[in-house]
Formats: sequence, C-alpha cells, structure tokens
Amino acid sequence: MLNIWSMKKKQKEAENAEGQAAGGKRKKVTAAQLRVQKDLSELSLGATMRTDFPDPDNILNFILSIEPDEGMYRGARFTFDFAINQNFPHEPPKVRCMEKIYHPNIDLEGKVCLNILREDWKPVLNLNAVIVGLQFLFLEPNASDPLNKEAADDLRSNREGFKRNVRTAMSGGTIKGTTYDRVLK
Amino acid sequence: MSVETQRAAHLVADSETMRWKYLDQIRRNPGPLTDPMAVEEEFLAQFEKFKIFGAGGLGCEILKNLAMSKFKDIHVIDMDTIDISNLNRQFLFRKSDVGKFKAEVAARFVEQRVKGVKITAHNNRIQDFDDEFYKQFQLVICGLDSIEARRWINAMLVSIAEEAEDPDGIKPLIDGGTEGFKGQARVILPSITSCIECQLDMHAPRAAVPLCTIASIPRQPEHCVEWAHVIAWEEEKPFPKLDKDDPEHVTWIYQKALKRAEEFNIPGITYSLTQGTIKNIIPAIASTNAIIAAACCNEAFKIATNSAPCLGFENNYMMYSGNDSIYTYTFKHEKKEDCPVCGREARPLEADPNMTLQDLLDSLALRPEAQLKKPSIRAEGKTLYMQVPQSLEEQTRPNLSKSLKDLGLENGQEVVVTDPAFPLEFNFYFRFKAAESS
Repeated sequence: MLNIWSMKKKQKEAENAEGQAAGGKRKKVTAAQLRVQKDLSELSLGATMRTDFPDPDNILNFILSIEPDEGMYRGARFTFDFAINQNFPHEPPKVRCMEKIYHPNIDLEGKVCLNILREDWKPVLNLNAVIVGLQFLFLEPNASDPLNKEAADDLRSNREGFKRNVRTAMSGGTIKGTTYDRVLK
Repeated sequence: MSVETQRAAHLVADSETMRWKYLDQIRRNPGPLTDPMAVEEEFLAQFEKFKIFGAGGLGCEILKNLAMSKFKDIHVIDMDTIDISNLNRQFLFRKSDVGKFKAEVAARFVEQRVKGVKITAHNNRIQDFDDEFYKQFQLVICGLDSIEARRWINAMLVSIAEEAEDPDGIKPLIDGGTEGFKGQARVILPSITSCIECQLDMHAPRAAVPLCTIASIPRQPEHCVEWAHVIAWEEEKPFPKLDKDDPEHVTWIYQKALKRAEEFNIPGITYSLTQGTIKNIIPAIASTNAIIAAACCNEAFKIATNSAPCLGFENNYMMYSGNDSIYTYTFKHEKKEDCPVCGREARPLEADPNMTLQDLLDSLALRPEAQLKKPSIRAEGKTLYMQVPQSLEEQTRPNLSKSLKDLGLENGQEVVVTDPAFPLEFNFYFRFKAAESS
C-alpha cells in the first residue's frame, strides 16, 4: 500500500494547495441517471411526440406519446412506458406499448420488436435513437419481423385489408375476435 | 510458568514460525523492486491488521487463498444460498449445506480449517451497506457475477476516494471475472486509475435473440425457453411474480417450452437448459475460476505487503484466454476523461443557500469555468430544472423561484449540469457561504 499512499498524498497536497476542501457529505448522481439527463437534454421530439414524467424527480421512468401525422396510423395517439434501470446504458431501456393495438411488430401485451431495443442495442445509442425507432414503426410497419403474426400475415397478403383493419382497430373495433383499444384522438 | 508449559508455548511459537516460513521469506527479503520500507518491522506488523472485503462468485477460491496468505481479518458477503448445482466447484460446501447461506458456511469452514483467521460473514447484497461500512476496509476484492454489482461497488469506492482527506480513503479494488475458459483480473485504484465504468466496454453485452424470432419461428431450444419465459408467462401469468429460483415456476416454463419445441420439431429442451437460459447462467469452469482467483489474491497480497510490483499504476488489466491454447495479455487500460464515475472530479460551486435556483443558473452562464447558456440541473434523485423535454421544463419551472435551501439542497451535495452545447456534463458540489446576518 506504500506506493499508493504516497502517490495519493502528493495528489491531496496539490489539491489542498489549490484551496480545495471537501464540504459536507457528497451524494453522487448515479451513472445511469447522469446518462439519462444527458440524453434527455439532447432530445428533439418534434410536434408528433411528447414525454410525460409521472414523477419529475425520477427521470428513469416516463411515458412517451406518439401521434403519427402520416402513414396508416395517422390520427391516433400511442403511449409507451419507458423503464430504465441502473444498468443503463449497458442495458437498453425497457419499452412497452400501453394500449392493445393492431400492429405486426407490437404484440397484444405491448411488447415491441425493435432491433435496437434488444439484439442490436449498444451503449453508444441514446434515447433519441430509440424514440426515432418507435416512430418509424408506425410509418413503416414491418411484416418480416412479426410479433403479432395475424397482423403481419394481413399486411403481407392484403395491404388494403390491413389498412382497413388498422382503422377498425384504432377506433376500438374487433378483428378476428380480438377487441383493440380505441386510440383515435 | 512450569517447564512443561514453557516448552509447550515454545512449540506453538515455533510451529507458527514454521507455518508462515516461506510467506515471511517473501515479505522479509527485499527484491530489487521492493520498497525499502516494506521490510521494516512496523510495516510488517501492519499486515496482520489488514482488513479485506471479498464478494461474489469466486468466493470459495478467494477466501481460501486469502486465509492461506495470512490475511487475518476478512469480511465476506454473498446474498445467495447454496444450491446443489454449486457443489461441483464451490468446494467449501457439502451436500448437507444446501439451502444455507454461502457466506456463513464458507466463513465457518475456512475459520475451522485455517487457524487464527477471523472471517465475518454478511448474508446480504453489497448494496445493503453504505459508505461508512466500506470505509473500514483497506482493500476490496471481488468476483461478482453481474456488471450491475461491479458498477455499484466501483462507484462507491470512487466516491469514498474522492471525499477522503487522506490516502486511507483509497481502497484498491481487485476485480476478477470468468466466462467459460476466459477470464480477467484487474486492479483499480479508485480516483487514480481507470475504473470499472471507464472499462465498461470491455464487457460484451449479452447476446440477445430478436423478440420476433422468439415469437414467430424458433430455431433453437433456447428460443423456445425464451418464448415460454417472455411471452407465454406474460399471457397466462400462472403465478403472480416469476421467481427464477422456485422449481415450480421453472417447471412451468420448462413444460411450456417443451410443448413449443415439439410443435416446431426442435430437440434438446431439458430442465437445466431452461434454468440456465432464464437465469442467464454463464458456464463456470472450476479451473478458470481458480486461475483468476489466484491472480486476484496474489495482487491483494502484493498490494498489502508491497513485496513485489502489482497491477495498478501502469498495467492494470490482465486478460486470460484458455479458449484456444493459453494466451494472456496484460496492459494498461487508460482512464476515461469523460467517465461518469471517476472522470472530472466534482468541482466546488460557491453559492448562497438563500439564492434562488434562477440566480444560480444565471450565474452559471457568467462563471468563466462554465459559461452555460441553456443549463439543465439535477441532483441525485432530484430534478431541479430541465430545459427539455417540454413537459419536464413545465414541471420543474416552479423550482426556479425557490431558494436552494427550500429545494432541500445541502452543503456538499453534488449536482450535474448538462447543456446541449457541450457533449460533456459538469459535476459540481455546493460549497455554501456561511449565512450572513442581514
């Protein structure tokens, strides 16, 4: 321990010479919170999205609303629950759609199939990337990675029929025995 | 004292000398690189009082090595209880110990086997203790199995080191980890050298399978298990909350996975595969654990005795790979300038507790060291003011007219300031001016 001690002693002496003395007890901001703060301050949401924080002191949990202004899902509002744990950004945020919707990449429980939320997540990605990815799902629903298999089959075999189903589902209708939540504004 | 007891006392003293003969030889005979002070009696005597803290899955190996290296005051922590599957490599445990706390059983076993060592067991999570607890140790050695736990202990030790008034606040952190035939041993001198957070990219993220593969067309038995775990469980909720250690819950998932695998004609589903997949068990190989634990304990011994150069200031990371023959490489992982834990130590921010948050933010724009035009500011668990997103701005705007004191901010408390114009964040801690009587 000798080397370490003498090394640190020198460092501390230098600091004290600068007149730096510790105040009271320091409460550190966790690395996850720090990163989320940074991500949030770099967020550019545009007019179609907004975030809501049930508890503003807890920035690790919030709700994102998306109101697509083009594409098949235009005119509706979708909300996603974001839950970020202390292991962020090593682990991606957990995102779940709060409504039961008819979408090939979102299942009836709200689970989302978006590559960067799972297998392609990297710590260099930020919340903006996730949010842009979610928005993209409403502009370009993707039949090749289905989570709601029936919706994907509809999209692949009959695009016009799929569009009609989207409208029906968004207004709270029933498709093949499943009743969806009304999400139209 | 009778001749008999005198002789007996001598015998005990002799056997003690004999017992540590070779270890003492290393400690007492300086090599060319040994610090001359390391062989002085006063320093040699200190070793007996060295207090060390050990945590995690490499526990058995580490505890055995430390006790046999003459460390006398060891604390171990582990929240887990002994499972039958541990017995193949965690050699301090017996079949009759299944279900008991690992820390407790290991401590008692080694205490009994190695005379003179005091081992204190904590059947807890490392997060159950605060800085006051960790301050009592001189060195922390861990073989934790999760990145989250590593980041936590790292942040704790860096924060203790940064606050410390004297060098005793530097608690070297020795971290070992293994995965199959691979492993690493590293030494972190908190606040001085590169920390675990700086080295986060050395951990490969866990390989995840796309949710859609799991949901639509599984190809491997693991996909079926994941399906039962993620999708079927959510739909059916057979129990209120999934307990991955409850055999009844694991059996439910196993049977669901088996059915799905039959549907898709995928062989290979077993109960242990189910358990391994849902708990994300990394294959542990006893000898890899032994190699890494031994490397870690040698570093602990060298740090405590100063008998030979250790990992630390220069080289600080040893990677070991036994995948393809044997390969090891030792290098210096550089400290990251922008590390959120150890980079840019918090700077003091002079403030009057009676000033409003708005005044403080305005002053940040003027301060030569900050010059922030659109600052957002938070403390741990407390959002003071955020410029974006809009909803958060609206929610925190009322704080602007409140005084720092009324916002519950204390002298010494740390705040983080971000500004879209800067890629980095600013760490400050308050240094309140003594209240002036008006």
